[in-house]
Amino acid sequence: MRNFYEEVQEIKARYPDWRSATLPALRLAQEKHGFLSPNALRECAEALGTTPAFCESVASFYDMFHLRPVGRHLVEVCTNVSCALNGAQQVLEGFERELGVRAGETTEDGEVTLRTIECLGGCGWATIVAIDERYRTHVKPDDVSAIVEELRGGG
Amino acid sequence: MAAEARQIVMAGADERDLTKLAEYEAIGGYQALQKARGMTPAAIIDELNASELRGRGGAFFPTGRKWSFVPKPDQNPNPHYLVVNADESEPGSFKDNEIMARVPHRFIEGCLITAYAVDSKNVFVYIRGEYTGPYEVLVGALEELHGRADLRGEVTIVLHRGAGAYICGEETALLESLEGERGQPRTKPPFPAIAGLYASPTVVNNVETMATVPPIITMGGAEYAKLGVPDSRGTRLVSLSGHIVNGGNYEVENGISMRDLIYGLGGGIPEGRRLKCVIPGGSSTAILRYDEIDVGYDFNSLLRLDTAMGSAGVIVLDERCCMVQLGIRVNEFYEHESCGKCTPCREGTRWMSQILRRLEAGDADQHELDLLLDVCDRINGKCLCPLGETAAIAVASYVAKFREEFQAHIDEDGCPFGDSSPLHGVLAPVAQHTHHPTATVPA
Repeated sequence: MRNFYEEVQEIKARYPDWRSATLPALRLAQEKHGFLSPNALRECAEALGTTPAFCESVASFYDMFHLRPVGRHLVEVCTNVSCALNGAQQVLEGFERELGVRAGETTEDGEVTLRTIECLGGCGWATIVAIDERYRTHVKPDDVSAIVEELRGGG
Repeated sequence: MAAEARQIVMAGADERDLTKLAEYEAIGGYQALQKARGMTPAAIIDELNASELRGRGGAFFPTGRKWSFVPKPDQNPNPHYLVVNADESEPGSFKDNEIMARVPHRFIEGCLITAYAVDSKNVFVYIRGEYTGPYEVLVGALEELHGRADLRGEVTIVLHRGAGAYICGEETALLESLEGERGQPRTKPPFPAIAGLYASPTVVNNVETMATVPPIITMGGAEYAKLGVPDSRGTRLVSLSGHIVNGGNYEVENGISMRDLIYGLGGGIPEGRRLKCVIPGGSSTAILRYDEIDVGYDFNSLLRLDTAMGSAGVIVLDERCCMVQLGIRVNEFYEHESCGKCTPCREGTRWMSQILRRLEAGDADQHELDLLLDVCDRINGKCLCPLGETAAIAVASYVAKFREEFQAHIDEDGCPFGDSSPLHGVLAPVAQHTHHPTATVPA
């Protein structure tokens, strides 16, 4: 595996200005550390040649960057209008029951974080649930227990 | 115009796997690029002007004219950039998702033609961070193209993934984000064509616009302009969602009747329910009542009804829906996505949410309905970008079209629909309970 520093240098080379590598570098750091911990932000800053404060200021703007620990799996239920009209709230409540957490929380074993998310751009195939950033379409409340089982068992 | 599909952008995708270069070339793929490279950039722009193509992101700016604004090298020595806005995030809109996933090469071909026309060697595709599927398709398509210098030429295409921010669909916020900053809009002017990415001349175009360029070059601008209606030429990918039997994307000629779109292609409302209203162009657009859908689906026809085609995301709502609940849900999206730069948007959307919640709970006094409209008025036209404004326009339209329903919430001290409305009690991200174990305030 290439090391993080070198990989960020490669990303920087794609752009006329190193700053454009900030979002890709943050994504990479998050993949490596699980979330953007102070250490992850320091490592990111070093590779980019900037300060951890700059990295944090940028990261805090974006929903996909986690500045606090999240579970090994991320379950995101779209509750925007089109999904809501097709029962997204019932899907969300299904996940809350199955996982034993409320939206925005992580299971006690640190396995799964559940949260609602704004429109994922799959409105005609509602309800959209993103499992570890991959879309499931047409999710119904009845599908929830199988998805949770898959997450629990599938590693 | 009757409801029927007319495939220009999606042509061939139902019959073949056009994510494969060989399949795309088998139906004449990349021949428009070869044809374009035999033309002068000025001739390509003339062809685009003849096609009357207007930007498919929602702002309807004439594409050829946008390209012609890019200064000539003797006017500005900086390199030119082509930035593609693939940050599709408008609630109700999911067309670019399908274009990138199913006709990636037509999209890339459009990018290469455009890069040639505006004299750019660098293309940046800013794709929303959540679109893992389309991103991987594009990665595969570009890998196939890597071995084909005859097609690529000297142009490099960089896929740049966003990280979850609706505002980055606004072109100057997108440029900020692409430069590695928080995605907050810039003041205009200068417009991107003059000073965009790295303060250099930049053309920012939408995914669907790019994918429409190759067919225009192939068939000729004048031929393309025979499709559709005045000011809305050609086809459009319309996203149908909400209370609709056949949700999905449909490519149709501009000017199709909205009733045919919903009841023909869309198959009508599930379970025989009655239509209540339609959001015509993504949640940022003013609503149409059930009795206003005998209208052409095009720029001018919708403008006459004080609404817009926007990004062509049609959301259908049936008779069970409470308009105050819709207002809450739509407005909470904008409240969440406000970048915080302009006070009227940042604070105004919060005020709107509070008043709407008081109405829904039956706690609002009579004057608060006018207060809501007053807050909308104080956002409109007072911000750097349209985000807050669109929240205000949308919510004000719900009040204007369904005032008696808002009044009933005051008169009856609560919601006449309650939990029988499908939008009851929906948890929006902005209202999400968050778990902060380290942030507990000591007693």
